[in-house]
Amino acid sequence: MTNTIIWTVAILTVLGLVLSLVLFWVARKFRVEEDPRIDDIEKTLPGANCGGCGFAGCRAFADAAVKAGNLDANYCPVGGNEVMKKVADILGCAVKETAPMVAVVRCNGTCEARPRVNVYEGAMSCKVKASLYGGDTLCLFGCLGCGDCVSACSFGALSMDPATGLPVVDESKCTACGKCAAACPKHIIELRAKGPRGMREYVSCVNKDKGPAARKACASACIGCGLCEKTCTHGAISVADNVAYIDFNKCKLCRECEAVCPTGAIHGVNFPKPLDKDAVKKRIADRKAKAAEAAKAAAEQEAKKEVTNG
Amino acid sequence: MDKLTVSPSPHVHAKASTASIMRDVVIALCPAMVVSILFYGWSEIMVLAVGAVSCVAIEWLIARYLMKRPELFSGWSALVTGILLAMNLPSTSPWWMIVLGALVAIGVAKMSFGGLGQNLFNPAITARVFLLISFPVQMTNWSVPNGFVGGVDAVSGATPLGLIKEGLKAGESISEVLASSGMDAHMLLRDIGGSGGEISALALLAGFIYLLVRRVVKPWIPLSILGTIAVIAAVFHGIDPEHFTGPNFNLITGGVLLGAFFMATDYVTSPMSNWGGVVFGIGIGLIVMMIRYFGSYPEGMSFAILIMNCFVPLINRAFHQKKYGRA
Amino acid sequence: MAKLTFSIGGIHPADSKLARDCRIETLPLPPKMYVSMFQHLGAMAKPVVAVGDTVKAGQIIAEPGGFISAYVHSPVSGKVTAIGPRKDLAGFNQMHVEIEVQGDEWAEGIDLSSDLVTEIPEDKQFILDRIKMNGVVGLGGATFPTHVKLNPPPGKTAECLILNGAECEPFLTSDYRILLERTDEIVVGAAIMQKVLGGCPCVIGIEENKPEAITAVGSSVSRLGYPGIRVETLKKRYPQGGEKQLIDAVMHRQVRSGGLPIDVGAVVQNVATSLAVYEAVQKNKPLVTNTLTVTGDVIDPARQHNYLFRIGMPLSYIAEYAGGVPEGTVKIVSGGPMMGKAIANLDAATVKGSSSILYLGQSTTRHAATPCISCGRCADACPMGLEPFLLKRLYAAGDVAALEQNAAQDCIECGCCQYSCPAYVPLLDNIRMAKAQVMGVIRARNAKK
Repeated sequence: MTNTIIWTVAILTVLGLVLSLVLFWVARKFRVEEDPRIDDIEKTLPGANCGGCGFAGCRAFADAAVKAGNLDANYCPVGGNEVMKKVADILGCAVKETAPMVAVVRCNGTCEARPRVNVYEGAMSCKVKASLYGGDTLCLFGCLGCGDCVSACSFGALSMDPATGLPVVDESKCTACGKCAAACPKHIIELRAKGPRGMREYVSCVNKDKGPAARKACASACIGCGLCEKTCTHGAISVADNVAYIDFNKCKLCRECEAVCPTGAIHGVNFPKPLDKDAVKKRIADRKAKAAEAAKAAAEQEAKKEVTNG
Repeated sequence: MDKLTVSPSPHVHAKASTASIMRDVVIALCPAMVVSILFYGWSEIMVLAVGAVSCVAIEWLIARYLMKRPELFSGWSALVTGILLAMNLPSTSPWWMIVLGALVAIGVAKMSFGGLGQNLFNPAITARVFLLISFPVQMTNWSVPNGFVGGVDAVSGATPLGLIKEGLKAGESISEVLASSGMDAHMLLRDIGGSGGEISALALLAGFIYLLVRRVVKPWIPLSILGTIAVIAAVFHGIDPEHFTGPNFNLITGGVLLGAFFMATDYVTSPMSNWGGVVFGIGIGLIVMMIRYFGSYPEGMSFAILIMNCFVPLINRAFHQKKYGRA
Repeated sequence: MAKLTFSIGGIHPADSKLARDCRIETLPLPPKMYVSMFQHLGAMAKPVVAVGDTVKAGQIIAEPGGFISAYVHSPVSGKVTAIGPRKDLAGFNQMHVEIEVQGDEWAEGIDLSSDLVTEIPEDKQFILDRIKMNGVVGLGGATFPTHVKLNPPPGKTAECLILNGAECEPFLTSDYRILLERTDEIVVGAAIMQKVLGGCPCVIGIEENKPEAITAVGSSVSRLGYPGIRVETLKKRYPQGGEKQLIDAVMHRQVRSGGLPIDVGAVVQNVATSLAVYEAVQKNKPLVTNTLTVTGDVIDPARQHNYLFRIGMPLSYIAEYAGGVPEGTVKIVSGGPMMGKAIANLDAATVKGSSSILYLGQSTTRHAATPCISCGRCADACPMGLEPFLLKRLYAAGDVAALEQNAAQDCIECGCCQYSCPAYVPLLDNIRMAKAQVMGVIRARNAKK
């Protein structure tokens, strides 16, 4: 009995020693020399491995950044400017600041606005549905409502609203990694500048059908009428393929487009006060009247000049 | 006509569903259940009832309240686990032990892996092994069959495999053990002391044939298990008949048939492909015979299946379907 | 004689050929026809008529938009009233030519008589031109332009022409009816294609559940006396009519992954295509008609029909003519229940490949998916020897490399896996996506080379 115990202990001890030597040798032999900065950068990064930067994960990002020696091709949308500054410090190079972004769902086709014309019964995946047919509404461009964006989000920032059938972005959780935008087969989700205190203005529709068809499919569709484009004094709005688009770099958040939109396709969010449509419309009318007056005066002046000259 | 339904093809489906398959398994277990009740009487009815009810109830409770995903409750499949567990226990099992077994089967072996389809180990067998190790006395208290069929003359107090193991340990030869216990006659239909599910080879076979006819299982896994056991037993028995039992004895005794027909063929914990199934079966047969001949336990079917369960993912990686145009 | 069948997988769905004894009826013309410019595989056809033009039946109204494309003809005489987007059966916009029907006047040079012409032209190029100019495409489902398929690339020769009369999809009976009613024309069509392919032998494969068709075609073949044509009985098994499966069954050869049938010396044509080839070559009649079955599990036996329709008739017009959408219809499918497309828009127009209006009831709605129990039935059923359960898992994990390794691109989308899954897992829904992903990767790689 004692003998057995002694032998067991002895064999296991020797085995342990031998194996640890083997491990030691293997670790020495196959050690990969790596730039320590890769580790440092990786630690600085958020570590979500979301792929929002375009690399396979945070480690791949760090690796690429160190290899390049600059941050021209690297930007971590999740960490934002703060993290990027730290990464730049480690590398000793500059980084340009980028405005914080947020995912925006550009479809407004709620269950009431966009009546269902058939029942979809396949796998709950927008991708499957989009490849099968035009969708269960008459709108060929709108949200399919199967939640591919929700399952793509690794931050829990997206959820389906059962009342509208549309996804909702939780701004406090959204890191603008862009996964949802890539997952949406209809390209409805766009990364847009978050805006001052989160205030922003966008067209919540991507329907490229002509006005009547779009309107028939969805009560809140953009019909491409161009009223917003004509109203905008900042040149931020353009209408192409029967749908308006607001350039967030030019938009000054005056909310005039939102007030004139006949279908309510333009949305303003996070503004402190609700939009007083009449007031804004009056403002636009006043401005137009003034401009007309000025033009008239200028024309009269011109005419006078011509008279005096002539 | 209301709104049309639109879905990708195919638009029709075979009749079989998971529920109908599990129902077939329950039907296939009926002959064996009836025979075991006939032989062991009221106590066996109690064991079966407690096993079935507790497995179904525990799964429902876990899915509904612990995991908060009621859709994970699988119904028929839990019932199959409950019946199999009960059939693996002696008819003298106390009710609390069966409930504990059900808790291990459903709670530990099945639901903690994510429910139906996710478990690595066969739930009923995991529970049986757990009980065997935890309560060796209760788990080997094999009663004399004293059910509704009168005048049964059977081995008392121990299974044939147990008797032989004890005899061999005491230095007796197999023929001496057999002679002293009066075994070897008509074991095929009844008379085999053991758990409820081990009592009748014919009843188990009838159930298995039903499953084959209904195309619920394929014969490759049971055939390879039984074949391997027969071959190994024939070889060893041929070399030394006094210390190694023969093929007939090994095929009919213990949980071999119940295990081969109903436990090893569990979809979730067996390989997908036919050849994978053969490898799986050979592995089980080998391990069973090694345990029986050289191990300290008299029986090894549960251990063999559990051990081979671990290899299923590897076997699935190694054996693939023959693909069209890729010779 | 031994019955032929393929070697891997397959299923046995209920036959349900409810309309098998209904003779083919000719549909009257509707007031308006909508001819799609996208009725074939490949590039969209380009319209060559303008709004306001008057056209005759059989007149070319669109020409091929590329090498793999086809001519489109006016199915009726009348006036072109619009050219523009119109929703197809899936609800997508496709270019259509709208024609207001006026009378029924045919273009010149078309033989409309029903006399059988058995003499086959000698000039191969003449035959191919006729097939091309008359807009013949494969009518077995893929609508691949026939003149391209009948003209193997240099270095490849056809060793066997297989005429597909399997019609393995449940419910469909249009091929069966033409095999019975247009037998001789189909056999002549086969002989024409044989000639174009250099006189290779021809096998007409028909499933065993159509004994009348086997007898009829057999006696027609011996009566007409073309050399090298024989009829083979196929086992009833789905997907017997799949191109790759049929080649395996008839020639005992398998097309390698990514390859074409011609690589193993096979050319497969549907029997309906053979009829279209006959009409195109012998009668100079363009492909403007086809046969379609109106059937389903909710429609009563007296209202089952096989129709000869003009291509471009709206589905709703045919449905209306046949007595309207029956009570209890949940889903309407164009094509068979295994591979057909569910119709989202019944106002869509018929196309060259339309083969049925199939009314399905409540019993065919999908069940909610339950967890996979690893039973392996999908793998047993797959006629390509794939492992659908594995492909679905790999697709969910986004592992494109492993998907390619496990041959997701070989999937023929027959639906056997999803049909047999007892857990109602939407296997094919996912594998289709996986296949598209892998094909994209393969195409990108080939483009780089």
